[in-house]
Amino acid sequence: MVQDPFGDLRELYQEVILDHGKHPRNHRHPPDASHEARGDNPLCGDRITVYMRMGASGIIEDVAFEGRGCAISTASASLMTEVIKGKNESEARALFECFHDMCTKDDADPHAHGPVDEDALDRLAVLAGVREFPVRVKCATLAWHTLAAAMTGGLKASTE
Amino acid sequence: MSPDASDPRCRPMPAHHGLPAEPYDLDAVREDFPILKRLVHERPGRLGKPLVYLDNAASAQKPRPVIEAMTRCMELEYSNVHRGVHYLSQQTTDAYEAVRDKVQTLLNAPSRENIVFTRNATEAFNLVASTWGRTFLGPGDEIVVSVLEHHANIVPWQLLQTENGFAIKVIPCDDRGVLDLDAYAALLGPKTKLVSVTHGSNVLGTVPPAAEIVRIAHARGIPVMLDGSQAVPHMPVDVQALDADFYVFTGHKLYGPTGIGVLYGRKELLASMPPYQGGGDMIASVSFNGTTYREPPYRFEAGTPPIIEGIGLGAAIDYVQTLGLANIGAHEHTLLEYASVRLAAIEGVRLIGTAPGKAAIVSFVIEGIHPHDIGMLADQMGVALRVGRHCAEPLMERFGLEATCRASFGLYNTIAEAEALVDAVQSVKEFFR
Ligand SMILES: Cc1ncc(COP(=O)(O)O)c(C=O)c1O
Repeated sequence: MVQDPFGDLRELYQEVILDHGKHPRNHRHPPDASHEARGDNPLCGDRITVYMRMGASGIIEDVAFEGRGCAISTASASLMTEVIKGKNESEARALFECFHDMCTKDDADPHAHGPVDEDALDRLAVLAGVREFPVRVKCATLAWHTLAAAMTGGLKASTE
Repeated sequence: MSPDASDPRCRPMPAHHGLPAEPYDLDAVREDFPILKRLVHERPGRLGKPLVYLDNAASAQKPRPVIEAMTRCMELEYSNVHRGVHYLSQQTTDAYEAVRDKVQTLLNAPSRENIVFTRNATEAFNLVASTWGRTFLGPGDEIVVSVLEHHANIVPWQLLQTENGFAIKVIPCDDRGVLDLDAYAALLGPKTKLVSVTHGSNVLGTVPPAAEIVRIAHARGIPVMLDGSQAVPHMPVDVQALDADFYVFTGHKLYGPTGIGVLYGRKELLASMPPYQGGGDMIASVSFNGTTYREPPYRFEAGTPPIIEGIGLGAAIDYVQTLGLANIGAHEHTLLEYASVRLAAIEGVRLIGTAPGKAAIVSFVIEGIHPHDIGMLADQMGVALRVGRHCAEPLMERFGLEATCRASFGLYNTIAEAEALVDAVQSVKEFFR
């Protein structure tokens, strides 16, 4: 039998990730963005810009990104735009904290950062495989760091 | 495995740089490098993969003679240098200073006093920037580098620029990665005080015509510094034939240990430079009323030097000299040709850097697949590649790329390993189909 040369990586590169990596959602530049930030991961050469439109009520009405990175970072950015829309800033930050824990800790507690959208967290769980590959954690979290910077009003985020 | 001459993908090539080459015994050479026997990704329940090490441009593996020389030094001959009357100190000093002679021979420098030991190539650039540069560069002056440079030949100048306020001009390259010599000549003028360019691009493999670059600068009285980090391990280098004013390389890419590099400097230039760092070893006499410094090269070597690393570098130089750098270059060139032709034939693969006469570095991208993903998947097959911007961001920008994959060959790589690279790239393409 031929051993799958990429056996170990199938966990990481799940179908959902390959799909979002190839066909990222919300990969565009919305002209009416109220916040934006650039993120840079010099190690692998990923650069992305995250845009969002924060409504008067504090709800994130639109979120999109530009730039392409590796499959992991592109898929993560794409999934992020899908789960963030409709949330307010504190909900988005809580989700980021939980997601970050999921990417870095084996026994992450989803309630560690207060109430969180568990359905959203479930969708993001496809990226949890990066835990096993420390150099890829940055890829998975770049879009989120950039989103956080955009919310803060910073101009640029770097995962270094 | 040896190249099959009847295979059109592997047509015989003229020896690298046209020098006569004699093949060496590759199997025996591989025996000299213990690490090449190891498996990677080995763990309970999973067979490891043989290591296919194609990241030589980042750092090369170490042959047993280097490892043994360093061990022997520590076991039998170790002491501090330049400062003891005792037997061991003399022995260590002699052994360490003999390495200066080996470097002199390697580069064909006129004298051992031309050879300054540094920590690596990066420190050699910083040394020249902060001594020669700080003394001779000022507002209104210009230096010329090329778009091919590693950050080691960019950032030290920029750091000094903020203090001394000179300008940095950049020689462009064409889409193959060949420097534009007309543009270069046009950049030179009365304000130009230094040309500092690479003698081998770590991303594209381009080997710029260094002697020609020097000739053009010297015609205007401008000194030239060359970055030999990617040249010295792959070809015979003669600093007198090149007529270089400064020449640098780094030990760990020459199959030697980390922690030691070399700055070659023309005698008058070194003599005109103030000390780099202060401390022991670099002084003639010290008094609170004033301190005097030693002559070059010692003036630039403050503190206890990298003794064990120096001994290792000496053994590495002996090793490559025994095989012959022209032979090494010719062997690597065969691998380069093979890999380039095979990779270019894969749909969606684009080679970055196709300068004629380039060194054995193949940068490439695959349509629709990010280099980071390629590198990680190739690694699962045991193929060690470098991915990213390769400490040459301006060059990546020139080519409009965020990153590339880079395979770089060394003296011990085989055609079978070049084939493994091609297989890995094909498998990665399958995976992302
Ligand atoms: C062309 C070139 N110059 C300079 C360097 C710097 O070498 P080191 O990091 O050993 O100082 C490198 C290696 O990374 C290189 O490839």
